[in-house]
Amino acid sequence: MGEPLIEIRDLVRKFGERTVLNGVTFRVEKGETMIIMGGSGCGKSTLLRHIIGSMKPTSGSIKIFGREITDMPQPELERLRLRFGMNFQFGALLQSLTVGENVALPLIENSRVDPAIVDLVVKMKLELVGLTGFEHLKPAEISGGMRKRVGLARAVALDPELLFSDEPTSGLDPIMTAVIDQLTLDLTRKLDMTAVVVTHDMVSAFRIGTRMIVLGAGRRAGTIIAQGTPDEIRNHPDPEVQQFINGEPDGPVPLKLSPEDYIDRLLGHEREKGVHY
Amino acid sequence: MSVAGHLGCFFELNARIFYWLFIGPFKGKPVNMTAVFHQMVRIGVQAFPMTALTALSIGLTIAMVGAQELSRMGASSYVPDLVAITILSELGPLLVGVVVIGRSGSAVTAELGTMKVGEEIEALEVMAINPVRFLVLPRFLAMMVMLPVLTVFGDYIGMAGGWTICHFALDMNTAAYVQRMLFASHPMDLYSGIVKSVVFAWLIITISCQAGLNVTGGAEGVGQATTSSVVTSILAMLIANAILTALFFFL
Repeated sequence: MGEPLIEIRDLVRKFGERTVLNGVTFRVEKGETMIIMGGSGCGKSTLLRHIIGSMKPTSGSIKIFGREITDMPQPELERLRLRFGMNFQFGALLQSLTVGENVALPLIENSRVDPAIVDLVVKMKLELVGLTGFEHLKPAEISGGMRKRVGLARAVALDPELLFSDEPTSGLDPIMTAVIDQLTLDLTRKLDMTAVVVTHDMVSAFRIGTRMIVLGAGRRAGTIIAQGTPDEIRNHPDPEVQQFINGEPDGPVPLKLSPEDYIDRLLGHEREKGVHY
Repeated sequence: MSVAGHLGCFFELNARIFYWLFIGPFKGKPVNMTAVFHQMVRIGVQAFPMTALTALSIGLTIAMVGAQELSRMGASSYVPDLVAITILSELGPLLVGVVVIGRSGSAVTAELGTMKVGEEIEALEVMAINPVRFLVLPRFLAMMVMLPVLTVFGDYIGMAGGWTICHFALDMNTAAYVQRMLFASHPMDLYSGIVKSVVFAWLIITISCQAGLNVTGGAEGVGQATTSSVVTSILAMLIANAILTALFFFL
């Protein structure tokens, strides 16, 4: 199998007292589409931010293309970043530039390409995400879903070896979701791109994923509770995984607190002060 | 963040600006001149009407107060001296600075702050585009050029304001006004004003950019950063003005 593209070992990240990531370990091989799943606020986006190097872990190791990035100096990290693309959850387009200029930005800034070719590449990339003819609009003039697709077009503008996607399909209609999924599939299967996709859209996850990890909630927050191929995840014995992939309201992740817990939490403040009821 | 922390960030930002200004271009990362001119229009040219109005009203006021007080001693012919010296070396740079802080400095902080909140700055970093080079440097250069230019314009307009009072209220003829001014002021007065405006420009733009890049916490954070950038800029400018005036006074 050779050297993994991404290798994460014992990643721990604390924000003050709160531990958001607690000993996350996994690896992504070349050509895989790794899906990171988990409930809202379980640390999926935080995990992604650590992998792209915009957050530093409290402890642990992150290797991309076989290079440790946790203590890498800025210029080297910048060179490494040219080899991957990141599609942000809300697009993160520059509001002052048009859609076309946004997609052209990585090309203009990081390569010496003729303006005519930049123009051509921008048109091609926008065509990929179904947004031909929107080059001259500002991000504020298009819908949230369209912004997201422009973000994807920008992420693949430099034909990266590695694509990170933060909830690429949330807020898109089913047809567009299928288009984006198909695009991710084409990029990974045909162009041999490796993708790491954070999502909680189960349909899309099982459509594009070749391997998956599930981050836990509650007591097991910030740890990987299941890891494997889509089939392994689908048949995983852990009830929390089953609850998550089947979308059940109640289960190991409780819908409501027990009455005692509820009273406790509601009146906990008074209790601490010694008020009796 | 503590005061020391803020100062640390401030010097770090300055070091990065220095790097991208003087070392970056030799490493194949030149300054984007289109962006610099674009910012010069936004920071400088668009601030011109407000600067002009402020300078005019200050010129008028100094001449009026001067005329009233000096005429008691029969010295109203000294009004042009007063106008020229105060505007060139003190009030010109200071008031143009205040206008530019309120208009352009705050806009820079709000814009960079909104970009920070909207993950735009993070997106730039991930695309291997350095935010200091891409966003701060054009604004820095634009401010360093445009504030002294605005100050010189403001000096002219302030003196024109003084002329209106001298000409229409004191019946002084234009030639006499100009001659008195040239006689009373020294080129050093103008130069000291320009030196001040360069220092003010550096303070204003670095403080504004730093406040914008360090915004945390959504729309409210942007608002707080903008307020603090305006307050800090004005304070820093007043302190720097006092120090510079003292330097020019004793040297």
